[in-house]
Amino acid sequence: MSGALFHILRRDLGLLLLGGRRGGSLLPLLFFLSVAMLFPFAVGPDPVLLARTGGGVIWVAALLAAILPIDRLIEPDLELGMFDQWALRGISEEWIALTRIVAHWLSFGPPLMLAALPAAGLLGIEADKLRIVEIGLLAGTPGLAALGVTVAALTAGLRGGAALGGLLVIPLAVPLLVFGAGSLATGGESGLALTAAASLVLLAVAPFAAGAAIRAARG
Amino acid sequence: MQVCRLAASDLSCRRGERVLFRGLSFALEAGQALQVAGSNGIGKSSLIRILAGLSRPYSGSVEAEGTVGLVDERPALDPHLPLGKALAFWAGIDGAAEPDARLGLAPLLDVPVRYLSTGQKKRAALARLLGQRASVWLLDEPLNGLDTAAVALVEKLIADHCADGGVALVASHQPIALPGAARIELADFAL
Repeated sequence: MSGALFHILRRDLGLLLLGGRRGGSLLPLLFFLSVAMLFPFAVGPDPVLLARTGGGVIWVAALLAAILPIDRLIEPDLELGMFDQWALRGISEEWIALTRIVAHWLSFGPPLMLAALPAAGLLGIEADKLRIVEIGLLAGTPGLAALGVTVAALTAGLRGGAALGGLLVIPLAVPLLVFGAGSLATGGESGLALTAAASLVLLAVAPFAAGAAIRAARG
Repeated sequence: MQVCRLAASDLSCRRGERVLFRGLSFALEAGQALQVAGSNGIGKSSLIRILAGLSRPYSGSVEAEGTVGLVDERPALDPHLPLGKALAFWAGIDGAAEPDARLGLAPLLDVPVRYLSTGQKKRAALARLLGQRASVWLLDEPLNGLDTAAVALVEKLIADHCADGGVALVASHQPIALPGAARIELADFAL
């Protein structure tokens, strides 16, 4: 079982990581950086304003970047018949969903945390605030990944699934966004702890929700 | 080969508002094969998916002992990968060795799966099935797109599998030579 999951994770990473066939992590990364770059043009170069709002911009950009590959997380494998073959081998949809959450997170979480460094420079965010942004992203992005895979499974096979997926993720990601970006305003650990808590709840629920959704999509 | 058996009792299948077939029962013991025949849309693929446990019957029950292998119209191979690598993914999960030489896939291992013809993909799916070493074979239209030599090969693979004590259920609208196999006309169970 664990051997099979290792093979599945390796395949997922090959598809989702940099240069992978399903978008790869390059696109969300460039998207994230371009949002951070555009924001000062839009609101003006006032450093006080930028520093105050910059953290929130990074969070919104991270959320949108996590949504980008959502239509390619589950649906292609359903169409290929991969899930049928896994089911016949006794590999449950829940395990596969969990594996995919890990792969999806690896494809955008760490790259975004790296890209937050230049983004912080562009937005004039100071070092101690950047630290909170980075810890917040570390705590929050796994929850975004869990949410992404769940919604991808729910919308697999629906017409217009990609747009619908994005629409569904945004409201569900509100707690992560509120706590994650909120921790910047309060500067405290409580916001980070709540971000991590919301993330853990999503991670705990997601494999089961996604697994059930995949089985339902197979009909 | 492990102990295997495939039995269905009083199966019926509904697609939307339509009941496709009802009252279908059979039992296959080790070494037996069954051909399910019928025209398009009569419910052969639905039956295969029910037997594989991938969808639920409207009524009735399925009993399957042993590992189940499925070949249907989707080869479950990554289209962008060279065939060798796409098969290696399943070989890794199944713990299988090289693809069976009889299938003649050796010259195609470097070709991306999306460039393969229908028949070549079918042969690749059969290689995946052989690597799985499943004892119960569910084959949905295994002859689609195959040339005469490959048809003979598939017939031989099924015969060998049954001789080894496996069970095979083949759904096909095409004639297929399965010596000693029972045959069910799905139309007899339609409403």
